[in-house]
Amino acid sequence: MLEVTGIETFYGKARVLNGLGLTVGAGQVVALLGRNGAGKTTTMKSIMQLVPPRAGRVVFDGADITGWPPHRVAQAGLGYVPEERRIFTQLTVAENLEVGRQKARPGRVAWTEAQLFELFPNLAERRGNRGKALSGGEQQMLTIARTLMGNPALVLLDEPSEGIAPVIVEQMAQAILTLKAEGLTVLISEQNLHFARAVADSVVIIEHGEARFSGTLADLDARPDIRDAYLSV
Amino acid sequence: MGLFLAQLLTGLANAGALFMVASGLSLIFGVTRIVNFAHGSFYMLGAYVGYSLMQVLPGAVGFWGAIVLAGLIVGIIGALVEVLVLRQVYSAPELFQLVATFGVILVVQDLALMIWGPTDLLGPRAPGLEGIVRIMGEPVPQYDLALIAITPFVAIALWYLITRTRVGILVRAATQDREMVGALGVNQSLLFTGTFFLGCALAGLGGALQLPKGGADLLMDFTILAQVFVVVVIGGMGSLPGALLAAVLISVLNVFGVAYLPQSTLVLMYVVMVAVLMWRPFGLLGREEVAGELGQVGEPDRPVRPAGTAVRVLVAALLAVLAALPFWGGSFAVVLVTDILIFCLFAASLHFLLGQGGLVSFGHAAFFGGGAYVAALLVKYAGTPMELALILAPLGAGLVAIAIGWVALRATGVYFAMLTLAFAQLLWSLVFQWGDVTGGDDGLVGIWPARWASDNDVYFWLALVLSVGGILVLRHVAHAPFGYALRAARDNAPRAEAMGLDTKRIQHAAFAFAGMMAGVAGGLFVFSKGSVFPNEMEIARSFDALIVVFLGGVKTLSGGWVGGATFKGVEDLLVRFEYWRLALGLLIIVVVIVAPDGIVGGLRKLGERLGLLRPDEAPRGTAAPAAREPAE
Repeated sequence: MLEVTGIETFYGKARVLNGLGLTVGAGQVVALLGRNGAGKTTTMKSIMQLVPPRAGRVVFDGADITGWPPHRVAQAGLGYVPEERRIFTQLTVAENLEVGRQKARPGRVAWTEAQLFELFPNLAERRGNRGKALSGGEQQMLTIARTLMGNPALVLLDEPSEGIAPVIVEQMAQAILTLKAEGLTVLISEQNLHFARAVADSVVIIEHGEARFSGTLADLDARPDIRDAYLSV
Repeated sequence: MGLFLAQLLTGLANAGALFMVASGLSLIFGVTRIVNFAHGSFYMLGAYVGYSLMQVLPGAVGFWGAIVLAGLIVGIIGALVEVLVLRQVYSAPELFQLVATFGVILVVQDLALMIWGPTDLLGPRAPGLEGIVRIMGEPVPQYDLALIAITPFVAIALWYLITRTRVGILVRAATQDREMVGALGVNQSLLFTGTFFLGCALAGLGGALQLPKGGADLLMDFTILAQVFVVVVIGGMGSLPGALLAAVLISVLNVFGVAYLPQSTLVLMYVVMVAVLMWRPFGLLGREEVAGELGQVGEPDRPVRPAGTAVRVLVAALLAVLAALPFWGGSFAVVLVTDILIFCLFAASLHFLLGQGGLVSFGHAAFFGGGAYVAALLVKYAGTPMELALILAPLGAGLVAIAIGWVALRATGVYFAMLTLAFAQLLWSLVFQWGDVTGGDDGLVGIWPARWASDNDVYFWLALVLSVGGILVLRHVAHAPFGYALRAARDNAPRAEAMGLDTKRIQHAAFAFAGMMAGVAGGLFVFSKGSVFPNEMEIARSFDALIVVFLGGVKTLSGGWVGGATFKGVEDLLVRFEYWRLALGLLIIVVVIVAPDGIVGGLRKLGERLGLLRPDEAPRGTAAPAAREPAE
């Protein structure tokens, strides 16, 4: 469903991605693992074309989306949940969801506000509150719900477990599994192997902007050397 | 009591147009982050277009129809400007777009002159509302009452649009984080164009609505712009209720000012603004600006490097040729180049503030004019010799800068810019209205150089030494430890603070220093002309410097004087033509589009591409992207 080949991405003159490639099959949950600064967030932004790669290709659903403006990428069915959450703090929860709303498209789950409140019950009671009044965990739920309002076929989840309480992390994992059951494809970036283990089918490990390993979790467990080299602190 | 009420009503009536223009500016800034200097021009266009339509369309329906149509037409013109000009430069450094809007001001001025001629147009009266109503014995124009009735409807419609519709939600979301809005599937280009349409339509509507009261003239663009800036800042950037409140406040204040304190009408507005901002730094209903706006992907600044030997030799050679100008150029050239030199120093001083300090001042003319007035007043009232006056001028300007900086530096970003503008206007209106001392509009005349420097050639050399010397000092400071500290404060204030730098103090010192150097230019200016008038302090002069700095290239060391020399030179060539503003405006727009890094930046890139210049080395290692502060 998503095929990234040989992308090279720069910030100014600093090269962050060095020919990274990865594949996400339809209905899969793939975890992108790596240390701080390995290029996980940049990979997400490059796929979304927020920071367009200077070389390489991003193919989504059969279409080469490299160089598209981000709003077209989103309309094509890629949902982006940023690491910093970036909810609109001056807007209410309901208004935040409205910003994310897009037309329903054939062949995709069409989310409604009510369904999302079912998925994240905490948000329902906060419907009229401004974004800035939410806790970190609630903000994280809101940012995911907001992206789902666009009825994406694939969601890019950038470090959803970062900086939130363990009990919320648990809920988050549950929500991701629910989404997976609904048929959603997910690419999730994580530092937390434990979290990845709970949700992912397969993993891609990156270091210095290159993919160093890709395979199932069982494959990874068979290679403790890889885990020690790229993941352990 | 009756008179009081009548004046209150006049003030409320005036507030309508002001509110519409201000809310338009506020909306455009909120969504696109463009400070639209041309907003006054759209207001002026609304008045002219409305006037022409009223000539054609008959009766009351024609009158009101003309006003609505004028708003729509101006909105479309605004959208065209956005698509044709501004869309090309969104990725340029922050605030660079205002240069383009300045070009638009010039173009619109000349187009209006071409189409409607130089004479002021008297607005037609509203059919059926020509008369007056007596309220407690005082006459109140019927049209004023109509305006008072209309304004709330416009305000409520706007409020509904912004708070209750999807478009409004998107606009508010984009005001906070437009990149994220794009990533959620919203077409930003469409949103920006739509916002421009709406903002400009409001300005046009305001211009057409005030026709029966004020008519149309070619100066109304700048007149309203100053007021609108004040309203937006007092109300709080991006707040519609704030804009309404401030528009009423300022309009009522103006009416009462004219009635009871006629000698201080201009000053009053700015005094109120300063008072409000000292009490609430983000305006009455404004919010603190989100620091480090998200989604702004400009290239990082390049490190500052001293010039190489080759460049030094080249510059020295050029200076030698320039110093010999009196021997090879005509007397006209000597006078012209003196002008250019002085302007270059002025521009370089602002460039230092902008480029090294990241402090965008919209009121730098306060220090240029301040220096000029200090020198002129000293000569006039104390018989001070030129040499001493030239020393005291920068000191005076520096003191003014210390005072202004003390207040203005409490704010950041656009609020800082607006505060500097307000202070410059405050100073300007003081000079303008305190006729007994400053001569008011008639200026101060007969300020001639000392006998030894009275020859044009000698004065040219004096200007050359002081201007080039000043520019070199500015450059030297950029390379000194102080320059490093200043750039650190510009690039990341929290980290600079964490390293033990007192960033506010450093910026204050830089502000005073830049003001002083502008004061040197001001002092030189007054003796070269023999006179000084209030317009050396007005907005247009501040904008000149600002435009030049951006055109030259903010992120280069020599952008200030290169831009200054180019601009002044080109202007001098063009003013011989009737429609020189049109030509200059178009030229500015073209430069903005072709060279978003400015002239020097553009040339440097060209040189690197052609292999003539060695590009800077890429940063080593896989540097992480610049850490952004969280949105809150």
